[in-house]
Amino acid sequence: MSTKNWPLWEIFVRSKNGLEHRHFGSLHAADADMALENARDVYTRRNEGVSIWVVESKHITASNPENNGELFEPAQDKVYRHPTFYDVPDEVKHM
Amino acid sequence: MKNENLYNYILGIADNSLILGQRLGELTGHGPNLETDIACTNISLDLFGQVRSYFQYASKVAGDGRSEDDIAMLRKERDYKNVLLVEQPNTNFAYTIARQFLFDAYHLVFLRELQKSSDLTLAAIANKCIKEVSYHERFSSDWVRRLGGGTEESKSKMQEAIADLWVYTDELFHQTVADKAMVAEGIGVDVTKLKEEYYNYVAGVLEESTLEVPDIKFFQKGGKQGIHTEHLGYILAELQYMQRAYPNMEW
Repeated sequence: MSTKNWPLWEIFVRSKNGLEHRHFGSLHAADADMALENARDVYTRRNEGVSIWVVESKHITASNPENNGELFEPAQDKVYRHPTFYDVPDEVKHM
Repeated sequence: MKNENLYNYILGIADNSLILGQRLGELTGHGPNLETDIACTNISLDLFGQVRSYFQYASKVAGDGRSEDDIAMLRKERDYKNVLLVEQPNTNFAYTIARQFLFDAYHLVFLRELQKSSDLTLAAIANKCIKEVSYHERFSSDWVRRLGGGTEESKSKMQEAIADLWVYTDELFHQTVADKAMVAEGIGVDVTKLKEEYYNYVAGVLEESTLEVPDIKFFQKGGKQGIHTEHLGYILAELQYMQRAYPNMEW
């Protein structure tokens, strides 16, 4: 029996029309078709979704946690980048 | 029983799904990998869901106070009417897939016709089940193609499983007394008319999978009459254990 593992796939599911696809998890599959079927069985069997995207994990480029200092820390003390310094009139809803 | 033919007809349909569902359920935690394990168990649960609708209806038709559970769980081996194909064991993954594919291909054309039944309950159940079964067939035929067109080892295992289970396919198209009576009333599906389409379709998938259509002229039968292979007794022992050990138990 082959002991080679199938490649890993990242699964994105849209739970309702109008919402965006969100990352749900990952699974193994031999190709994209199988990844879709497996995703259907693993992640949508409790009625979680209306659409599935799959992408092979190797195609995702991730930021390196070691660089978190230079990448993310400079943003921490810049509260003025949040648009929270305006007075919003009461008539404006959903802000 | 007033409607004995209808009752037997419903059981004939339901028992196939019940026994196949139980077989697939045996793979829970034992599938070849996590994803396939969940897929097989999902199909099993689909089948058990379908079975409930049939047995609830059978309970109503019988009208003798027996519940859906009583009918599903408390009959003796000879009273089960499933075809021999669905009780065959999960010898290896190729056998599980071959059994599933050979049954799904039948199940799909059967439900398509059952939707036209003059019995509105059966037509409605068929209508609900057909989407699930379309997926089952997609899953199983996909795997036949993958294993057939895969490695030398997967191909030979797939071919062996198809060849071994082929002898149980002809029985799918045999008519029982209840079948004939229900066809005459416009309730039942005339399975003899599905045979050609079935074998053409199955042959097509096997060809795409670079597998050979077995050249077998002698077929096994008996399940529909309650004469089963040795496997059914073991399946029932497990299926019925709780109800037999603790009669009338409830969850």
